[in-house]
Amino acid sequence: MSDLKLMKGNEALAEAAIRAGADAYFGYPITPQSEVIEYLMAECPEKRTGMVVLQAESEIAAINMVYGAASTGKRVMTSSSSPGISLKLEGISYLAGAELPAVIVNVVRGGPGLGTIQPSQADYFQSVKGGGHGDYKLYVLAPASVQEMADFVADAFEIAFKYRAPVLILSDGMIGQMMEKVELNDQVERMSDEDIIQKYGSWATTGKKGRERNIITSLDLQPEKMEARVQALQKKYERMENEDLRYEKIQCDDAEFLIVAYGSSARIAQKAVQLGREKGIKVGLLRPITLFPYPKQQLFKLADQVKGILSVELNTGQMVEDVKLSVHHKVPVAHFGRTGGSIHTPEEILEALEENIIKDGSIRHH
Amino acid sequence: MTEEIIIAGFGGQGVLSMGKILAYSGVIQDKEVSWMPSYGPEMRGGTANVTVILSDERISSPYLKLYDTAIILNQQSMDKFEKTVKKGGVLIYDPNGITQHPTRQDIKIYQVEGYRLASELGNKKVFNMIVLGGFLKIKPIVHLESVIEALKKSLPERHHNLIPLNKEAITIGMQNLFSHKLEHQSAVNHS
Repeated sequence: MSDLKLMKGNEALAEAAIRAGADAYFGYPITPQSEVIEYLMAECPEKRTGMVVLQAESEIAAINMVYGAASTGKRVMTSSSSPGISLKLEGISYLAGAELPAVIVNVVRGGPGLGTIQPSQADYFQSVKGGGHGDYKLYVLAPASVQEMADFVADAFEIAFKYRAPVLILSDGMIGQMMEKVELNDQVERMSDEDIIQKYGSWATTGKKGRERNIITSLDLQPEKMEARVQALQKKYERMENEDLRYEKIQCDDAEFLIVAYGSSARIAQKAVQLGREKGIKVGLLRPITLFPYPKQQLFKLADQVKGILSVELNTGQMVEDVKLSVHHKVPVAHFGRTGGSIHTPEEILEALEENIIKDGSIRHH
Repeated sequence: MTEEIIIAGFGGQGVLSMGKILAYSGVIQDKEVSWMPSYGPEMRGGTANVTVILSDERISSPYLKLYDTAIILNQQSMDKFEKTVKKGGVLIYDPNGITQHPTRQDIKIYQVEGYRLASELGNKKVFNMIVLGGFLKIKPIVHLESVIEALKKSLPERHHNLIPLNKEAITIGMQNLFSHKLEHQSAVNHS
């Protein structure tokens, strides 16, 4: 019998972390994701699995606790919201440089600056184009339901350990604060040092008895060696693109027009597709589930089939750049989105599609 | 079956928990559900609203412009949400504190005097369950037994002794839902 619950996205994510066998969570509260740490504190996972939950003195402290724990091969998670993630970026860049597995969750606010607490997707660039300094990328998962908030935690840990790389779960107040039906996985036991070595190799600082010491560092001071390190990271990102791209196509088979949207916007856009179909408009939806890797080839192919593409995002036009890069000017591409915490309705999306894409194939550039 | 509902009123009226009980009842009947609150600074002492969707299919947008049913519990929400009911849809409201009654003729309008009935019952807190009863009378999308089961699952055990009272409140709501459309329209015509 499955464990069926009605939960908020943030709570489902927190519970999923315990059940995924996470060793530790380090965080600092900020709306709209404070339920994550609240839930974990209330659940006392120390008693359930031995998982450590700690409220750090700041976001910067939390991400550096993540760095430390991840260095020892532990499954560690942190979560925050936009300005808090900005504070964590230095640490995230170090995690990427030092090739450390970790799960980072951003329940985005409507910035810039402190930002509103309502749903927003204004951190797309920050998430997929580096964010922090240096030549690195994050593997980015964009859940569009409470179920995915739960499921993606275990997936994120798998990817983080497969590649020894930080993974970002990019959400917002809609997915985080909404309640939906969720089926939770069974409890997975926390891994021992031996389990980790057996499954992922010996790289962590677990004590050097009987072997050469493992060193965790983000840099090599010699340019040639550092270049090799950076190139090795790029190889890893290529592998992610080849092996772990995720996306969903909804009603694309006969589509003449395409909407591209992720996360909360994808949910709203799905309703816009339904309303469009009711009016006889053959519109489909491509939902990138990973934002890096991005479904570039899928979009390139779809561009042969559709007459135009609308990128729908809760921002002023960020992902639309990746859509344009993917389709090589084969078809018109436009952006539509609300921002600052305002949310587009399905009707507004359909109207934008009709005005910007369908109307005599013309296009309003942004 | 898909039912798209907005419940709107003051913070503290039990708007969010009414929505939660309804959503939980849907889960018990193996439906797809979503519960999407408006949240933010406006909730403190101001208006609160929640969009609840129950469906037999995967739910697309949890955020909507138009609803099958609006359950309206104060004037501010009436001003905001009367116009968001789909043509042929349902508006249920508690007339307590309402100065501008709904006037639309292309929807079905019902009243349930939740506030008065809850006072008479001697527990104002079950106000929201009376209103929920009124809703279930006109839209029986979940069984009363599922609602009771939902109450059991979402109330802490120390409050389970309140379940019979909640059940009574729902029943009272079911028995006290009235169509006020005709009366009201004639009132409008006289003015």
